[in-house]
Amino acid sequence: MRLYGTDVASRLLLGTAQYPSPAVLAEAVKSSGTGIITVSLRRETAEGSGAGFWDGLRDTGCRILPNTAGCHTVQEAVTTAHMARELFDTDWIKLEVIGHADTLQPDVFGLVEAARILSADGFKVFPYTTEDLVVGERLLEAGCELLMPWGAPIGSGQGLRNPDGLRAMRAHFAGVPLIVDAGIGRPSDATQAMELGMDAVLLNTAVAKAGDPAAMARAMALAVDAGRAGYLADPMERRDMAVPSTPVLGLAELNMTETA
Amino acid sequence: MKIIVNAKPHEVAATDLQSVLDELGFAASAVATAVNGSFVARPKRAEVTLADGDRLEVLAPMQGG
Repeated sequence: MRLYGTDVASRLLLGTAQYPSPAVLAEAVKSSGTGIITVSLRRETAEGSGAGFWDGLRDTGCRILPNTAGCHTVQEAVTTAHMARELFDTDWIKLEVIGHADTLQPDVFGLVEAARILSADGFKVFPYTTEDLVVGERLLEAGCELLMPWGAPIGSGQGLRNPDGLRAMRAHFAGVPLIVDAGIGRPSDATQAMELGMDAVLLNTAVAKAGDPAAMARAMALAVDAGRAGYLADPMERRDMAVPSTPVLGLAELNMTETA
Repeated sequence: MKIIVNAKPHEVAATDLQSVLDELGFAASAVATAVNGSFVARPKRAEVTLADGDRLEVLAPMQGG
């Protein structure tokens, strides 16, 4: 998989929030096999709360994908992206412009505008968007080279609420990397996304809030690989009625016949 | 002068952003800054003069999804 000209081996992208401890996070990152981890920016204290976390992340060897989580306006998102570029020394940005406090669904109008501003400024934008095809087109026109449709609201673990929408995206945006971002709860959700032809899955809470995060990270990695392999193997078409898989020809006649 | 640093009021003696960060005890290399909502790049900090009531945001790496 190539994202903005960079070869990426793992099709699983992992968030770094909500783990019980930095050690559990490091273990989960390792067992997921991911090559890309997402991070954020928050207010610093004079004691330097962020420094230790950042040192630990650099040790993972993963590429860093900073986000603009929590930004509700174009200006907030653009300013946050600039701060992230300096702080993490990367032009990759996971662009979130949140439109609704309860669903955390993207404000797609602000998203397109922010994507245009940031792309023009040299950022490589990973836009957190919906499955809307027109919005996707606008994001590509704005300079994005990939799209990150949601599966379900962030942190909800509901799985894919609109598989048909994602299938339509796959058909419409042939050749554009599509990464399902948000809503994955179980390994089967990740497999389903990959079977639909998504190029990768980005998840966080499903691993961080599992009873055993490292084990779930590995399960997710296997699920992503299984779904990808299934997609490439070209699954059969679904049918409404049964079709016998065992040949009918040569079937014995074994009914008891009544004697006269 | 009094400025707002990460939503809390602070009384500072220094006037340029770089000196204010030093005065407040931030490790200047490990943070990113914005004044009144606008990003201020690291090399520009010494040139930016703060005024009374300015809002300064000092951000650091944090866990994120």
